[in-house]
Amino acid sequence: MAVTARHAPPAKAGGAPPSRSTPSGNPRRRAARRRRLIALVFLFPALLLLGALVAYPIVFSVGRSLFDASGDRFVGVDNYSEMFSDPATLTAIRNTAIWVVVAPMLLTGLGLVLAVLTEKVRWATAFKLLIFMPMAISFLAAGIIFRVVYEQDPERGVLNAVAVGVHDAFKEGSAYPDARARLGQGLDPRGDGSYRTGPNLAPGRTVSLGLVGVPPKDIPAEARPAAKAASASAAAHELRGVVYVDFTPGGGGRPGRVDPKEKGLPGLTVEAVREGKVTARSTTAADGSFRFSGLSPGSGYALQLPRKNFAKPYTGIAWLGPALVTPAIIAAYMWIWTGFAMVLIGAGLAALPRETLEAARVDGASEWQIFRRITVPLLGPVLGVVFVTLVINVMKVFDLVYIIAPGPVQQDANVLAMQMWLVSFGGGNNQGLGSAIGVLLLLLVAPAMFLNIRRFRRSQS
Amino acid sequence: MTAVHGTATRARPRPVPGPRPRPRPAAWLTKAASGGLVRTVLVVVALLWLTPALGLFLASLRSEQDNATTGWWTAFTHPDQLTVDNYTALLKDSGITQAFWNTVLISVPATAAVVIIAALAGYAFAWLEFPGRDWIFLTVVGMLVVPVQIGLLPVARLLGGLGLFGSIPGVVLFHVAYGLPFAIFLLRNYFAEIPREMLEAARMDGGGEWRIFFRLVLPLGRPAIASLCIFQFLWVWNDMLVALIFADSESQPLTVALQSQMRQFGSNIGVLAPGAFLSLIVPVVVFFAFQRHFVEGVMAGSVK
Repeated sequence: MAVTARHAPPAKAGGAPPSRSTPSGNPRRRAARRRRLIALVFLFPALLLLGALVAYPIVFSVGRSLFDASGDRFVGVDNYSEMFSDPATLTAIRNTAIWVVVAPMLLTGLGLVLAVLTEKVRWATAFKLLIFMPMAISFLAAGIIFRVVYEQDPERGVLNAVAVGVHDAFKEGSAYPDARARLGQGLDPRGDGSYRTGPNLAPGRTVSLGLVGVPPKDIPAEARPAAKAASASAAAHELRGVVYVDFTPGGGGRPGRVDPKEKGLPGLTVEAVREGKVTARSTTAADGSFRFSGLSPGSGYALQLPRKNFAKPYTGIAWLGPALVTPAIIAAYMWIWTGFAMVLIGAGLAALPRETLEAARVDGASEWQIFRRITVPLLGPVLGVVFVTLVINVMKVFDLVYIIAPGPVQQDANVLAMQMWLVSFGGGNNQGLGSAIGVLLLLLVAPAMFLNIRRFRRSQS
Repeated sequence: MTAVHGTATRARPRPVPGPRPRPRPAAWLTKAASGGLVRTVLVVVALLWLTPALGLFLASLRSEQDNATTGWWTAFTHPDQLTVDNYTALLKDSGITQAFWNTVLISVPATAAVVIIAALAGYAFAWLEFPGRDWIFLTVVGMLVVPVQIGLLPVARLLGGLGLFGSIPGVVLFHVAYGLPFAIFLLRNYFAEIPREMLEAARMDGGGEWRIFFRLVLPLGRPAIASLCIFQFLWVWNDMLVALIFADSESQPLTVALQSQMRQFGSNIGVLAPGAFLSLIVPVVVFFAFQRHFVEGVMAGSVK
């Protein structure tokens, strides 16, 4: 366009009015032409780059999307219909839709709430700086940060450490997940993970229940040797016994015997069972001892170590599993972008007419009413800008998904921008389909394009 | 803004004669509690924001073995875990240092070129007269939201033809082109605010356009140019996608070098954690040094 400007008839040049009577050597016409030439020089680098690297690629991509993977055969709209039949691309479309629906809404809402709340504290600036800071760092760095957060092992991932802490606070975990009974010593496994003795233990006996497979780290510090309790004698209406580790560290112990160094296991639940029903329950002491009293002499009891003693520990939530990976990445994205929404909305808040809010307060409106009825409606335009900006950015999200989603669940977390990369460069090598996805992305942001143009034209008039 | 004011005047509640609204105990309670509640909520949010970054920072200061067995928070109770070994190892890794310098060699020229080219074009769009000016500018405004994805394949071919594919100049060219629409938009709007009389006085004095551009427009536009510099610099510094495609192993920036280690995340944390910090320390310093300009740039960029 700028090139044609040089040859355009001077009558159309905005500046000097043309005069037919003077020859073309007229100084005013020369000045006009000179001005156009200068404009061209000023514009040339920008127009060259924009034309060659932005405008031309759009045209090229549209054309390329009508050809097959290698680019030799014209396939019409096949690539576009493939997008909606290829499962991987469909997943990407679905996930992008989730992103677009969820992320901008949550971010605008959170930004609004934080912007309103920060107005009430004196350290608002420091707070805003902190929340805004992630905007400055790369998605790669943020992605690595959140890989550490979402680490599955609760020993290493902070989120699962918290999840396990909360879980265990409400539901007691078992102390000895790896323990099992030494077989052939009277304690037999039942199908459900518990262990039970034979049914004919008469009151007045003392029973030793040996367990193995308890790693030293699971044995509590307060555990005491069980030998003494194991030889204590029981009264006629009593069943006594110990639960102990049937293993002498360093060797020398005999299976099935409570050797002097072998420790009792505290905190285990032991149940007395009579005719298939649990009649009494006890918890082992520091030396592993337990005692049931008030039993009817002469009848047979079984002792049982219920399953909960050996339940596998709760290991937290699979944040980066197929089900939660997209919400997890959206949360990381919110860590980055909340500051943007908050600062922009905060600027809008600062521009609100104070007297309106004051008048409402004087009239006895509650803070909530002011927020609902006055602040939010007045902020409408700002909220709109924030929301639209976020929608556009969310559609293009790539790095964060690429970094956070581990290889095996990459497909479950796929989004359009990543599928475009995967299909065209990351092994797919189908540039026809890749171009079609690029065009789809462009079409998705096209409304924003026209919105921007309209907004700009309005601001100029 | 005028629209906002209009609504405001209309929304103002008129004084209603009659009984004052009943004082509600609930309202009084909320008000008394809200001060403390608001502060508590904000402190919790601040901690939520701080913890992830702190976690990675502490992880970067712990040995590979510690990171494999325990969480970073154990460093609070065992400060002896902290060591700079990961960093010294990282700085000895020639691949990483090379990638760091590549990041600099990509970001600095890409920022300088965008600022220069966009300032020239912004001035032309704001103050020079030529046919089709408004339409060309509207096209540039339309380009603000064009996703880079659409350019990846065609530009890769184009740069391949020029022999620039897999080189630093290729990456720079791409960043410049896709940074231009926003840069031109920002600077043109800022330059357009310069009072007409100032420019006309300068033209009367016989100043050529170049002279006016360098002596008047650039100095007056300094705040906008500063915002643009920071915004563009961080944009390019933080990019991974463009460099992933247009750079080869010799010219790759830090982001690309690090992402290649992501596949074995667990065992590479000793490289990735300090590497991430190496890559984010520059943006964070820039951010704190020029926070006002950065925030302005981001806010102006809310059309992108």
